[in-house]
Amino acid sequence: MSIFDWLTGGSKQKSRDVARDRLQLVLVQDRVNLSPQNMSELKDELIAVISKYVEIDRQHIDISLTKSGRQSRLTADIPVLGARQRY
Amino acid sequence: MSATVITVTSGKGGVGKTTATANISAALAAMGKKVVAIDADIGLRNLDVVMGLENRIVYNLVDVVEGTCRLRQAMIRDKRLADLHLIPAAQSRDKAALTPGDMIEVINQMRSDFDFILIDSPAGIEQGFKNAVAPADRVLIITTPEVSAVRDADRIIGLIEAEGKSISHLVVNRLRPDMVRRGDMLNTDDVIDVLAIELIGVVPDDEAIVISTNQGRPAVLENGSLAGQAFKNIAGRIDGQLIPFLDLNETDSFMGRLSRLFKR
Repeated sequence: MSIFDWLTGGSKQKSRDVARDRLQLVLVQDRVNLSPQNMSELKDELIAVISKYVEIDRQHIDISLTKSGRQSRLTADIPVLGARQRY
Repeated sequence: MSATVITVTSGKGGVGKTTATANISAALAAMGKKVVAIDADIGLRNLDVVMGLENRIVYNLVDVVEGTCRLRQAMIRDKRLADLHLIPAAQSRDKAALTPGDMIEVINQMRSDFDFILIDSPAGIEQGFKNAVAPADRVLIITTPEVSAVRDADRIIGLIEAEGKSISHLVVNRLRPDMVRRGDMLNTDDVIDVLAIELIGVVPDDEAIVISTNQGRPAVLENGSLAGQAFKNIAGRIDGQLIPFLDLNETDSFMGRLSRLFKR
């Protein structure tokens, strides 16, 4: 360890950070009992349903499961471009 | 007198449920409380050896439930503390020998004689766990700062919440402050943040626990160990005292590193 690392407490990605990130992910999945495969299907179907009604920006969709306290939350951030033309 | 029934559980095995049960029970008894510790790990009994009472067993919890003996006959009095008792698990039976209803019934029979009844739960989420949690007024969740243990603790908390069970408190066991400072172990805040339940104690990893377990003397009854002090503090908090958390030097500040450098 260099003197700089010692003074600043080191700056590499620490295994504690890796553990925390992995734990957050696995707990969100455990709590709602949704595998990454199921989650991906859920996203696809959600996008398909919404696209039936409005034009959306598929490049900038963010659908994710997060937790706050002991609650899990499905958050979907879907930019809408405009109304779909209905015939 | 009506006892508070506290179940000690974790999901994952080997995180320190039995050690915590023995030490918290002994600490409460040393504070003058009437305590009984019950080993609910049927078929894999261990609370007796951790408490150093393995040579005194005649009857066990299953004998009481089946009516082979009276409750008082299965209750072993501790060698050092007159107010501490143990009801051992049956060793040659399995978890199916008991039901949650049996546990509630047996516990209700002793509520009026004690201040605290501690139940040492088996690992897992099956029958044995359900038996141990059924009579609980409060649940102590033991975890270590590791991904697998915290994950299992989360599952257990979910199950206890689903049962509509009351107050769960968290004990973070076997924390290594040196590893936390290096950024190589989850810290207490990380664990609380993930599990989102109230903390009741942090117990550092301590050789004194291995030594006291070798000797069958709970660390809280010996003087001087940090882990023993942490368990005493947990017992005090269970009794409603306001006790500040031990300073385990989890944070890595420049001044902290400097002072440790000169302490060596």
